[in-house]
Amino acid sequence: MNGEELQRIASAALDERKKFDYEVNVCMGTGCLSQHSDHVRDSLTKAAEASGKSCHVRRTGCMGLCAAGPMVLIEPPLTEQAEVRYGHVHESDATEIVDSLGGEPIARLNPQLEGYFKGQHHVVLENSGHIDPEKLDEYVEHDGYKALIRALTEMTPRQVIAEIAASGLRGRGGGGYPTGLKWDTVAKANGAQKCVICNGDEGDPGAFMDRSVLESDPHRVIEGMLIAAYAVGAQEGYIYVRAEYPLAVQRLTAALREARRRGFIGKGICETTFNFDIDIRLGAGAFVCGEETALIASIEGQRGTPRPRPPYPAVRGLWGEPTLINNVETYANIAPIIRKGAQWFSSMGTERSKGTKVFALTGKVRRTGLVEVPMGITLRQVVFDIGGGVPDGKKFKAVQTGGPSGGCIPEEYLDLSISYDALISAGSMMGSGGMIVMDETSCMVDVAKYFMDFCMTESCGKCVPCRVGTYQMHRILNAITTMNGTAKDLAMLEELCDLVKHTSLCGLGQSSPNPVLSTLRYFKHEYLAHIEEHRCPAGVCKAIAEGERV
Amino acid sequence: MAMYTTHPAAPSQDKRWKLVDATMRRTGKTSRGLIETLHKVQEAFGYIDEEALRYVAMSLRVPLSRAYGVVTFYHFFTLKPPGKHTCVICLGTACYIKGADKLIAEAEKLLNVKAGQTTPNGEVSLVTARCVGACGRAPVALFDGELSGQIEVPQLLEQLQGWSAQ
Repeated sequence: MNGEELQRIASAALDERKKFDYEVNVCMGTGCLSQHSDHVRDSLTKAAEASGKSCHVRRTGCMGLCAAGPMVLIEPPLTEQAEVRYGHVHESDATEIVDSLGGEPIARLNPQLEGYFKGQHHVVLENSGHIDPEKLDEYVEHDGYKALIRALTEMTPRQVIAEIAASGLRGRGGGGYPTGLKWDTVAKANGAQKCVICNGDEGDPGAFMDRSVLESDPHRVIEGMLIAAYAVGAQEGYIYVRAEYPLAVQRLTAALREARRRGFIGKGICETTFNFDIDIRLGAGAFVCGEETALIASIEGQRGTPRPRPPYPAVRGLWGEPTLINNVETYANIAPIIRKGAQWFSSMGTERSKGTKVFALTGKVRRTGLVEVPMGITLRQVVFDIGGGVPDGKKFKAVQTGGPSGGCIPEEYLDLSISYDALISAGSMMGSGGMIVMDETSCMVDVAKYFMDFCMTESCGKCVPCRVGTYQMHRILNAITTMNGTAKDLAMLEELCDLVKHTSLCGLGQSSPNPVLSTLRYFKHEYLAHIEEHRCPAGVCKAIAEGERV
Repeated sequence: MAMYTTHPAAPSQDKRWKLVDATMRRTGKTSRGLIETLHKVQEAFGYIDEEALRYVAMSLRVPLSRAYGVVTFYHFFTLKPPGKHTCVICLGTACYIKGADKLIAEAEKLLNVKAGQTTPNGEVSLVTARCVGACGRAPVALFDGELSGQIEVPQLLEQLQGWSAQ
């Protein structure tokens, strides 16, 4: 494989598309598949054949708006005509859709989503909903693997790292560590057999960005890993995916097989001396495995317990060798940066947070789904302009970001612009990108208890502050939500938060008090209402006598 | 340690052990392949019983205690056979905010088991999941692996009653 061959594949794929007058894309991500978008595709294919129209029905990945699924996107190829999106499509709508091609769009199926896509900027998701995730040719037609060829043939590993560093890209898994710096550390570390790992253990409840990216555009992640491996000098790669994501695993397996067959992974990649192979490792349902040292232990076939750092994985990681670990979304950003340049990337976003971020917008919001916005946009824009606000005439209360490690941000802070630092200063964090909207019917103490229950169950038990601290904090929150809490409990809770935060071994424990701390900061009156007045302002918690409690 | 020098015989003539053996060979028959192999056992048999665990541990030369530690550490692995049907209710944040706790309470009441248990007649297992990543369709449940979104109590109970009645 070389640049010319890549060009040939791209033009062949384009010629193939030119044969058709119309392209009908059907979303076949997990969200839409659960609403039988496969049946929609089959009936569209049949209707297209019956009508005699030259129409290509394509399976694609996530189109973003899961709430309006199954989604269908009509792309008139190579014309200036606007795209048409349909929502809530049923298989019985197929004939009508095919008949309407070339004419007026069907108003009945228009999900009224103009506001949803306005304000979004797709970099990571640029191919999602436009290409068949299992067809390498379609990825290549959309400039796929161009960045890899460019990096291998025109750039030295040092130049690749310099480009990534100059782009200002920071880790998208939540920590926000500068990616270029991490790559540089691994590149400089001494080791015979360096490794590159893709962290797809998306354990945050309420987040599905990584699943969507892996399902919709797996080659983009593979390309990012290849460029990273070239830059740091690794030969062995692993993608760690949750076993709960069977479709992502299936698409990734197919993509890897295809990439290997075409010589993008394996030995002598793209006619150079660069060797790299990627294997998939399945997670087995342990949230702590999102922590890098625990993830490494899991790949090694052990219990996923973290170990103290330093040494960091960049120095001593998988099998004791220098290891680069990045999140799925981080790798998905690599190819566009190499292709379009660091300057293009750093022109988006804020001073210290560059580029875009994918969020999973869910909860009590009209349009739930996957959104990608430039950093620096305000939370209000995401929740109200893109998400359409809170449904059923209810009042907005808070937005939760960062999963069990993050916090709840109240209405006063909605004009906060999204960046790593701004979210931390508001008592939350970027996290991997879950964004859950809560309305007045959610009790914030109950939410804090929910997250504490999560952290308590998921604590691996290795260090005492996390193992015992989360249990004690959960016990106190349970007392408060059953109206048995006292002022003394609240003081103890605050003390425990401080202790667990500062003495736990890994990120899980250190950040487990965050949901409590942020709700205490903004919604202390709700805690006090439970304790002093024995009532739950949201009407969620009920008084249970001490003895009856489980 | 003579017993570790040769590969132990599979627990039975069941052809599914061939799949397990293939996975062990692919991962180099070392402790590195432990989790991969356990995934394969569970995929093939539905659960991991003591016999299977002993066989895998011995084949990969891993102490049984360590293999047991790994199996019990990860939520995904189960040591008990699942029911004929499985209902997984997602307890992710988005599902919780939209009332998944009520779904679980109703299902527990109907089946008369706690989440994580199987009905005494072995028909239905009620399981909770941390997050299945279909938050845009919250609350969600998986009926025998098939995902249903925006699920409501009557719909859930109807499905469970249908299974129990069989």
